[in-house]
Amino acid sequence: MESESKRKKESPNTAELAVTASFPDEVLEIVLSLLTSHRDRSSVSLVCKDWYRAERWSRTQVFIGNCYSVSPEILTRRFPNIRSVTLKGKPRFSDFNLVPPNWGADIHAWLVAFAAKYPFLEELRLKRMAVSDESLEFLASNFPNFKLLSLLSCDGFSTDGLAAIATHCKNLTELDIQENGIEDSSGSWLSCFPESFTSLEVLNFANLTSEVNTDALERLVSRCKSLKVLKVNKSISLEQLQRLLVRAPQLEELGTGSFLQDLTARPYADLESAFNNCKNIHTLSGLWEAVPLYLPALYNSCANLTFLNLSYTALQSGEFAKLVVHCPRLRRLWVLDTVEDKGLEAVGSNCPLLEELRVFPADPFDEEIIHGVTEEGFVAVSFGCRRLHYVLYFCRQMTNAAVATIVQNCPNFTHFRLCIMTPGLPDYLTNEPMDEAFGAVVKTCSKLQRLSVSGLLTDLTFEYIGKYAKNLETLSVAFAGRSDRGMQCVLEGCPKLRKLEIRDCPFGNEALLSGLEKYESMRSLWMSACNVTMNACRRLAKQMPRLNVEVMKEDGSDDSQADKVYIYRTVAGPRRDAPPSVLTL
Amino acid sequence: MSPEKVNHLPESDTKLTLGLPGAGGECHRTKAGTKRGFLETVDLNLMSSSNDNKHCEENDAMASSKTPATKAQVVGWPPVRAYRKSAMKGSCKFVKVAVDGAPYLRKVDLEIYHSYQELLSALEDMFSFLTIRNHVNERKIIDNVNGVEYVPTYEDKDGDWMLVGDVPWKMFVESCKRVRLMKSSEAIGLAPRTPAKNSSKS
Repeated sequence: MESESKRKKESPNTAELAVTASFPDEVLEIVLSLLTSHRDRSSVSLVCKDWYRAERWSRTQVFIGNCYSVSPEILTRRFPNIRSVTLKGKPRFSDFNLVPPNWGADIHAWLVAFAAKYPFLEELRLKRMAVSDESLEFLASNFPNFKLLSLLSCDGFSTDGLAAIATHCKNLTELDIQENGIEDSSGSWLSCFPESFTSLEVLNFANLTSEVNTDALERLVSRCKSLKVLKVNKSISLEQLQRLLVRAPQLEELGTGSFLQDLTARPYADLESAFNNCKNIHTLSGLWEAVPLYLPALYNSCANLTFLNLSYTALQSGEFAKLVVHCPRLRRLWVLDTVEDKGLEAVGSNCPLLEELRVFPADPFDEEIIHGVTEEGFVAVSFGCRRLHYVLYFCRQMTNAAVATIVQNCPNFTHFRLCIMTPGLPDYLTNEPMDEAFGAVVKTCSKLQRLSVSGLLTDLTFEYIGKYAKNLETLSVAFAGRSDRGMQCVLEGCPKLRKLEIRDCPFGNEALLSGLEKYESMRSLWMSACNVTMNACRRLAKQMPRLNVEVMKEDGSDDSQADKVYIYRTVAGPRRDAPPSVLTL
Repeated sequence: MSPEKVNHLPESDTKLTLGLPGAGGECHRTKAGTKRGFLETVDLNLMSSSNDNKHCEENDAMASSKTPATKAQVVGWPPVRAYRKSAMKGSCKFVKVAVDGAPYLRKVDLEIYHSYQELLSALEDMFSFLTIRNHVNERKIIDNVNGVEYVPTYEDKDGDWMLVGDVPWKMFVESCKRVRLMKSSEAIGLAPRTPAKNSSKS
């Protein structure tokens, strides 16, 4: 698209005028309204002024990967007709408590701007934003067409805010509350949906813990005939689940409640029959405290499953293997490492269509527990599941040879996130660094977009990344590297790099400053517990006015050290809502 | 990396630890005082010491720049989201199970079993070198390889070590804090089948 725009600008004017004259703006807008990809739209807007105008009038959805890269004023000025907004706030490492509280990313100012400029807003998807009950109440009261609310990894609100949404949003089709730091004071919010309310298609409250009124839930499910996604919380028992399933046989995605209950024969048969009756379920999750005894009730439903999320269920290998035999169509699987290598071997043998595997650690912080999965499980999956392209794997040991075999079997990785849980651990068989493992990944997987590295790594890993990972967009590095050269190789070699997050690595000022021009083509850079100084950050901030350079200092650290640095491009200038712990340079 | 220090073993490198070969290593652990109960008295060494020392060597080199002392002290590592940590904690009744002579601990969720038999079967699965033999009045747990007999014991809410099987199942689930399969030869101190609890921790 870039080259096309250049050609257009240089072509003879008469031909261009003739084209424009017979191509009124309204038609152009209609054509452009068929474009949904954000990247395509960005390219289109760069073609010429007419296209820029047409694009901005026809755009209805906007995605903002960093809420501070732009301001509500700039956004609403450019795009007058937005109906759907996606906003992401805090840096990803805030998920792991590396970001101070009250850091920012508050949604409220955005909502106020939207109430004025986008009163017909329909959809809001937020990730890592600070959301208060007051904001939710404001949202519920100011947008009469509001349909979809999705909150992922947000914090600052309570069930009171949800009650406001349930009470006032008469056209709500989707309420999706996932993995948030929510204050759960009571389940009564669910009873706030009026009896006349029937439009719900997606309800996910798996995140919450308090009991909801099950009668109210049953009535809600009964009258919302278009309900396709229902993910309940732990407080819902198996018997209650059965009653819900009976009222919603059209469900496509189900998150069960607690799978733990003493069921006698009759209720068990009813449950099995209810599951059998839901012939459209392709996604299954929840299953808290799953008693292996009752898993067979699911077997028939498993035949059509494409996504199984067992990451909250500590199944042992035997029980898991028995279940997975019934899931031949599985494409995405999330499990805990309690299934061990034997469980993963069963996956390799039974799930040839698998594309995504995530193995989470059941006990990541307990040093006395040393079971889980090893390189063998991963290798077994790679032999059986040749379509695998997304992996997140937490393990306690790995070898270079295993990773080489894995990528040889599965060369199509787009996302390779390997977490060897002890920092700086070498190949346990050869005692060598894990450089060759990640070298094999980047050499073989030309489509690689996202990479997380771990284990003992020298600068060689980063030389490989810079040399081969030409499609890499996101890179996460921890406890790795030997010198500035490592980081420099990445900054110089990866043309598509957008997000770089680094912690506890010996990269310093020279590495930081080598990326001066690069950072404007990236969304953000995070560096914590590295060797970067305040002076270097000040120099960077001074030379690059379109970057925000923010430093968070730790208590008791040297004045000259920049303990945590977050750098991002922005058209909105330095932010004014930073807390005292965040210094904007 | 030249392991120049291999032959000079500091006192701490000869200390016995639990762990896989190449894992963590002494220099990553400050384990003194963190173990509880009987395990304190049981020293197990299952790592080849040369591996351990080499790894320590490399980590010392790294430690000069950045590495933390122990895994447990590193903020935000491993990168598991806070939500996931707390969601898993909610899982009701996880207890650690140790087997004398086995190099690792396991965790089981007592809530998912309905009887002692089910629990012991699950343990048989997890510790594959064990077999459960059912005798007239009691079950025996036997190591397949060397015939060593084990007695299942548990630590209750009051910190006393009891024999597994004495109380009704539900009561056991409620009061059990951890389980240890103790070698029969060492189980002499425990009073079998008496309602009164032992006050000593021997």
